[in-house]
Amino acid sequence: MTSLTPGEWQAIWLTAKLAGLTTVILLILCAPLAWWLSRSSSRLANPVAALVSLPLVLPPTVIGFYLLIVLGPQGAVGGTLEALGLHHLAFSFWGILIGSVIYSMPFTVQPLREAFAAIDTRLLDAAATLRAGRLDRFFNLVLPLSRSGILTAVVITFAHTVGEFGVIAMLGGSLPGETRVVSIAIYDYTQALDYGAAHRLSAILLGFSFVTLLLFYAINQRVMSPLKPR
Amino acid sequence: MNIGNHWLTAAAVALATLTTAAHADTARVAAAADLRYAFAELQPLFEKARAPHKLELVLGSSGKFMQQLENGAPFDIFFSADVAFPKKLVASGKAIAPVTTYAFGRIVLWSATVDATRLTLKELDKPEFRHIAIAAPDHAPYGARAKEALEHSGMWPKVQGKLVFGENISHTAQLIDKQAAEIGIVALSLAVNTALKSKGGYALIPADFHQPLEQAYAVTAYGQNNAAARAFAQFMSSKEARQVMTGYGFVLPGEVPQ
Repeated sequence: MTSLTPGEWQAIWLTAKLAGLTTVILLILCAPLAWWLSRSSSRLANPVAALVSLPLVLPPTVIGFYLLIVLGPQGAVGGTLEALGLHHLAFSFWGILIGSVIYSMPFTVQPLREAFAAIDTRLLDAAATLRAGRLDRFFNLVLPLSRSGILTAVVITFAHTVGEFGVIAMLGGSLPGETRVVSIAIYDYTQALDYGAAHRLSAILLGFSFVTLLLFYAINQRVMSPLKPR
Repeated sequence: MNIGNHWLTAAAVALATLTTAAHADTARVAAAADLRYAFAELQPLFEKARAPHKLELVLGSSGKFMQQLENGAPFDIFFSADVAFPKKLVASGKAIAPVTTYAFGRIVLWSATVDATRLTLKELDKPEFRHIAIAAPDHAPYGARAKEALEHSGMWPKVQGKLVFGENISHTAQLIDKQAAEIGIVALSLAVNTALKSKGGYALIPADFHQPLEQAYAVTAYGQNNAAARAFAQFMSSKEARQVMTGYGFVLPGEVPQ
């Protein structure tokens, strides 16, 4: 393989940054959400679960289109930011980060939810009788017991974000160093008839995806949702 | 005294550096896809002539850039393939007058597999042309002009079932290059590129078959303080830039088309 150009490295670094930040944000956001979903008998649980899973079935263009409207200069969020003297979020890294968080959310929530649901309530009760507080129980009991679920969530969320295209194309355009991630760069290179560059980046993504899935199956053959119903 | 002089010199140098740094900008250019090869050649010439200014080229269909700019995309200058788009952006306050015409484009019939040099639009209903690629007429100016030329020659109803649409004119060339379509209508500025010229060949479509491809640029509201954008706009009328553009088959403002 010939060596990568600075533009290609830039796209790879940007993709890694986007996927890494998305994964961290989603773990923090989804841990309490998945816990609630796994334990709650509230009537809201199903609507919330459906809402979180929407990106699984919605075309990325729909997500991208709505986000462009909301985050753009005339949108509810973008317009407010502009009024505050800040910059709106369309066609920016922060914009596609928000898009990625929404787009990849089901891939974090689902493995976490299943891992949390599998924890025996009696263990938690026993810990509680030993005066372990809520946070103590969560960090010292729940998290260690759901290791494989968390690892699965991390691997799949990261990989799914790397594979994102439609949302970024709609919301981010193709700005080098800002929104031109690897998938977008490949698209641009094919349009430029630069098949050499397109091949290089595609081969990297193919290798990365295969290794990631290998890792995914190695971590836990049991937790395959949302790819496969149990 | 000597030491004092050194300090003065150092301060002067630092000041000069700072001043230059303040005026050195990178212009993010939204450029119509037909400009791909011409601008790839212009970029190093500009960056040499107007150092330390730099360009960051993003290519796509003019209609797509128009939509992105309406939604706040951070481009400093917009080189459209259709004068109507930057005019609309000026009207909506997203770009700054004046809208300057920089070139007139031409469309050609081009194929990567058959010799297209003697072909006319009239022959497009031949059975060997199973797919005909043009750019999307609704948002790509070269697609709109291709549609007009097909209508003018009375071929539009006959070829409609065979048309495939590229997202922009460069994508259209890709469809033909990869032989997803046996033939198609692309920009002359792409067909003269050495990599493409060696295949098949092209035939010019008479300019009076369609509305003129008047291509114009405007500095955007976002880029109004970007010195590199202004410098690149000026550079476009330099002899050097005009030579490059002529080399890619563009007819320049003030010149008589052949």
